[in-house]
Amino acid sequence: MSRVETSRAEAMPEAASQAARAPGLLWTFGLFRSELVTTFRRWRTIALLGVLAAVPILVGIAVKIETGDGSSTGGGPGGGGGEGPAFIAQITNNGLFLVFTALAATLPFFLPMAVGVIAGDAIAGEANAGTLRYLLVAPAGRTRLLLTKYATTMTFCVVATLVVAASALAAGALLFPLGDLTTISGTRISFAEGLFRALLIALAVAASLIGIAALGLFISTLTNSGIAAMATTVGLLITVQILDQIPQLDALHPYFFSHYWLSFADLMREPVYWDDLQRNLGLQALYAAVFGSAAWARFMAKDVTA
Amino acid sequence: MEELSAGSTGSAGSNGSAGSAVSAPDKDTDTDEAAGGGAGSAVIATRALTKRYRGGQLAVDGLDLTVPAGSVFGFLGPNGSGKTTTIRMLMGLIEPTSGTAQVLGRPMPRAAKAVLPQVGALIEGPALYGFLSGRDNLLRYDSADPTADPRTRRARVAAALDRVGLTAAAGKKAKAYSLGMKQRLGLAAALLQSRRLLVLDEPTNGLDPQGMREIRALVRELASDGTTVFLSSHLLDEIEQVCSHAAVMAQGRLIAQGPVSELAAGARGRLVVTTPDAADAARVLKEQGIGDVVVEEGAEGAGARVTAESPPPDRDLAELNAALVTAGVRVRGFGLEQASLEDAFVALTGEGFDVAG
Repeated sequence: MSRVETSRAEAMPEAASQAARAPGLLWTFGLFRSELVTTFRRWRTIALLGVLAAVPILVGIAVKIETGDGSSTGGGPGGGGGEGPAFIAQITNNGLFLVFTALAATLPFFLPMAVGVIAGDAIAGEANAGTLRYLLVAPAGRTRLLLTKYATTMTFCVVATLVVAASALAAGALLFPLGDLTTISGTRISFAEGLFRALLIALAVAASLIGIAALGLFISTLTNSGIAAMATTVGLLITVQILDQIPQLDALHPYFFSHYWLSFADLMREPVYWDDLQRNLGLQALYAAVFGSAAWARFMAKDVTA
Repeated sequence: MEELSAGSTGSAGSNGSAGSAVSAPDKDTDTDEAAGGGAGSAVIATRALTKRYRGGQLAVDGLDLTVPAGSVFGFLGPNGSGKTTTIRMLMGLIEPTSGTAQVLGRPMPRAAKAVLPQVGALIEGPALYGFLSGRDNLLRYDSADPTADPRTRRARVAAALDRVGLTAAAGKKAKAYSLGMKQRLGLAAALLQSRRLLVLDEPTNGLDPQGMREIRALVRELASDGTTVFLSSHLLDEIEQVCSHAAVMAQGRLIAQGPVSELAAGARGRLVVTTPDAADAARVLKEQGIGDVVVEEGAEGAGARVTAESPPPDRDLAELNAALVTAGVRVRGFGLEQASLEDAFVALTGEGFDVAG
């Protein structure tokens, strides 16, 4: 949360108003706070977060039942995370691994879908309800409104990821023992160190969603129908995920926003393997820059007729 | 979506001409008397303001509109005549294809950030967040305004709610509001700060007669405080009751504008004779050189109404009356009927006003 906000806050006042400092700060935060409150008071947002919170609990219970039967947990069923790292096998030894498993299970679809809904609805939803025209004549300012929407979407990315992680940690602590853990590289780290890694992983997962958030926001400026924007964003997400599986498109894969998503597992190596993590962040930044600019250009020129 | 699909209906030719028109000289008024556009000067001034949508449809065509400061300005026209497109251009929501628009002495949409905080607007009906209470809706709109002081926000919201009579319903979710209540809340949003200009698009839509009267009283009250009110309405008598000035649009063009009294005077009144001897009266009037004589049969015993175009100013009405009486016509009523704004409107647009529906 804080990272995105503070960098934005630093950038704003210069452009915002050449007048006193106070209006500059108000300019930035008044609308942002209102936007946050409005977003998180929506039933839809709360329902999305509820679903995300339920996933780790279901995974935890499934693993618990399966081990209760006596069969050892292989890499097999229950996870739903595709070819994610085999954290699931370790859950029974250490509940903390439920955090990694849950993030691996939700990152390919549930998390980006939730972000796609929020981002797709950002501008198009306001246009659909007609509230966009009143925000603009308030005047919210088009650039300011767009930045606010993006900052709110990014905040949602962080909150959604933390909801998954927190729910997984709670379920893991209740269902399984906690303690020291073994990294992918085979070294032992303390539980505290493990928690810290879990937080880093959550942040890496949240950062992985920057690209789809920018893409969703851009799509949101193209239409006056919130539903259409959400559906298009989620549709693109699925399409890209499928294309990423087709070997003939190998040359394109490094440019898909989802290609390096599972690189967060490298944070569980000792020493941490940074290459793919950096590639992921670079790619997300590229998507943010390209689609952020496109959204801005489109929104500035848009005739608001709704 | 609409725009996208509309764009595909072949507008290459029209786009070309529109493109060249964009380069119309953009008068730079940022420097001169920007803030001091006080009394006397125009609050809204457009020059050759034109909007052609991407589909090629010409929504507003060369509009030269002048709204004097301190006036209550009625903006009339049937649906599809370009009123809302004009209002949206004035509010910076739509980019004009060509021409210029100045609001409060500053060019729009370029100076939107400086102009709009001084403008309260109700555009094409209210739009609310249904899941927020009325009060929270206003708090949200107010926080969108960078010039609004957050310390006085709650007090200003409460005052605006009170002004439109919504205090009791302020805590209810907006989706539970009736159309009239939504309309009031929209008005409250326009009144969150003291404004120099209020743009109200059909403000009495959905209100009961009592509500309409309250809104009219509110408009008069605001106007007496010196706020200029730009009011679009399809209710002619509303405009006649409230407005000092008016403009009439039809098919994207401005047909007339000016003080309401002058506009109504523009349409000439009619001569009305009430008599049981309708045929004789009509004959005499024609003999006297009065044109457009129409006989309207009245109720049994009440006598018919004979109307005609009002005689030229140099004719003495008493002479006409005398001629009628001399011819043995039993004149029960004789006089000129003032033209209403509706007559003026019909004369100008050639169509009834209720096209607007």
